[in-house]
Amino acid sequence: MSNLDIQSLRAHRCSPLRLLTALFMVVAMMLPSSAFASEGGEKEKSLDVKGIMFEHLGDAYGWEVPFSHTSRIPLPVIVRAEDHSWHSFSSADLTELTEHDGHKALEPVVKTIDRDGKTYSFLIAHVSTHKDKVVQIFPLSEADQKDLDAKLAEVRKTGAEDLGAQVIDGYVYYDGQYYREYRPLDLSITKNVAALFIAVVLVLLMVFGLVRYYRRNGLRAPRKGMGFFEMLVGFVYYDTIKAALGAKTPKFAPYLLTVFFFILVMNLVGLIVIFPGGANLTGNIAVTLVLALCTFVVTNIFGTKHYWKEIFWPDVPMFLKCPLPIMQLIEVFGIFTKPAALCVRLFANMMGGHMIVITLTMLIFILGAFGAAVVGTTTVVSVLFTIFMLLLDVLVSFIQAYVFTLLSALFISMAQVSEEEHHAKEDKGDAALEKRDLEQLHAQKEVLAKEAASVDFK
Amino acid sequence: MELFTPDFGLVFWMFVAFILLFLVLAKWGWPVIVKMMDQRANTIDQGVEDARKAKEQLDNARAEAQKYVKEAQARQADMLREAAKMKTDIIEEARREAQNAAKKEMDNAKVAIEQARKEAELQFRNEVGRFSIDIAEKMMRERMSSDKAQTELVNKLLDEIEKN
Repeated sequence: MSNLDIQSLRAHRCSPLRLLTALFMVVAMMLPSSAFASEGGEKEKSLDVKGIMFEHLGDAYGWEVPFSHTSRIPLPVIVRAEDHSWHSFSSADLTELTEHDGHKALEPVVKTIDRDGKTYSFLIAHVSTHKDKVVQIFPLSEADQKDLDAKLAEVRKTGAEDLGAQVIDGYVYYDGQYYREYRPLDLSITKNVAALFIAVVLVLLMVFGLVRYYRRNGLRAPRKGMGFFEMLVGFVYYDTIKAALGAKTPKFAPYLLTVFFFILVMNLVGLIVIFPGGANLTGNIAVTLVLALCTFVVTNIFGTKHYWKEIFWPDVPMFLKCPLPIMQLIEVFGIFTKPAALCVRLFANMMGGHMIVITLTMLIFILGAFGAAVVGTTTVVSVLFTIFMLLLDVLVSFIQAYVFTLLSALFISMAQVSEEEHHAKEDKGDAALEKRDLEQLHAQKEVLAKEAASVDFK
Repeated sequence: MELFTPDFGLVFWMFVAFILLFLVLAKWGWPVIVKMMDQRANTIDQGVEDARKAKEQLDNARAEAQKYVKEAQARQADMLREAAKMKTDIIEEARREAQNAAKKEMDNAKVAIEQARKEAELQFRNEVGRFSIDIAEKMMRERMSSDKAQTELVNKLLDEIEKN
């Protein structure tokens, strides 16, 4: 953080910036006070910082149209109802634009589908344990009513006053009354899923663009964008994957290259604020979980006999493994912690970056309550910091994609160790192998140091 | 907490999208690109190696050419020297032959001259002999024309014979 402080101090001393700040404040003060009064009314006072933040970090059924808070690009909702029937409809059917005192807002509405004499009702839950998710709702039966009453009584005991909007497990509160809710199996094309498809298409375009270039131009080196892409492929393939995997490279390179470019594209697209981007994909644990699971599966499925031997019967003193399986426990634990670390590292880094940018932007509105002068200053500082953070996030996007790929390659290569290789290393102290191991260790350390540096910035 | 609980729908679609992307790229994408990059790298390496070899060959060729030129020059010099020598030899020979021929001619001429001289001498002697006999005859005749002279001569001759 100290780095940032110094930077901000420098920014303040810099004279054109001071001028800009002053200008901002003057403009802000000249604005009619009513503009602030109307917006700084009850609505703005209770600015839901956490809500806004989670809305930006999380998923949604529609995709916000750039620069509009009230229009959404509709996306298909695909759910399996309680009686296992599949339903698909537009996400636009789940919201309705309402206007209260000149304040426009998107309010959730019930979508009813009649099929085969049955009525299915779906709703985006608000006051529910499944907040902001589609739930199937049913009118309360007598048994439900009893259950609900019991639960409400329990809540009342804890001292809650307002009975109208309590979150009760298994029920959703909507439009003045409770309904029984069922969270259907939800395979909707949400904003994140749509962004995922966009990322897939972008990666395909990049790769097949280059393939087509080769087909047309033969061995001539590509220029500009294609050249940059090819350079990245070369960097990942030769300096990362080949360095870690050696002779096994062709077997695992397609997977690792796909991982690198998919993550990179998702990271970078996530940094774009409006429509084709803006989805916090790699900052979503579901995405990183799948990626880490794939590495886990690849590592262990293709693991050699010796790899498993190392886990269940490692070369350590007998008392460490025989009566009590201490080493085995640690090793087995290690199998799972490695991909888990991959998953959490990428998720936390990317979500952290997004969160900081949103917080810095929100700072303007949070401090807005203190008057025009403060808003002016905060705006300039916030915008500068936001730009800085976004640029840093571009760097982090590359580093995280690289780290994920490198560590995946290292995990896979560790599971590819063969008996001869191991013995050569142990008995004869093969200099070349030791050197390779040392190099790998160095590479790993370097990466971790880089990462530590980038985290320090935050 | 909702940020830390993976959503099943997203996990499902992510899995599907990632596996499909992987399959497509592993089949038609990465192998082509990697192969091309390897091929280009090899071609460039080959090119560098070829250039190095070509330069080496050029250098060699140049050295060889130099060697040939030197050799040719040496041979030329040899040839010139030989030719000069041959020339002098031929001239010498010719001169010698000419000398020999001239000498022979001279000898022949000498012999002929000697012979001619001898003949001329012989002829001259014969002539002189004849002349002298003629002269002696005439003189005899003149001297012996008187009897006294004749007797005197006979006497003298007889004296001479007697003496002997």
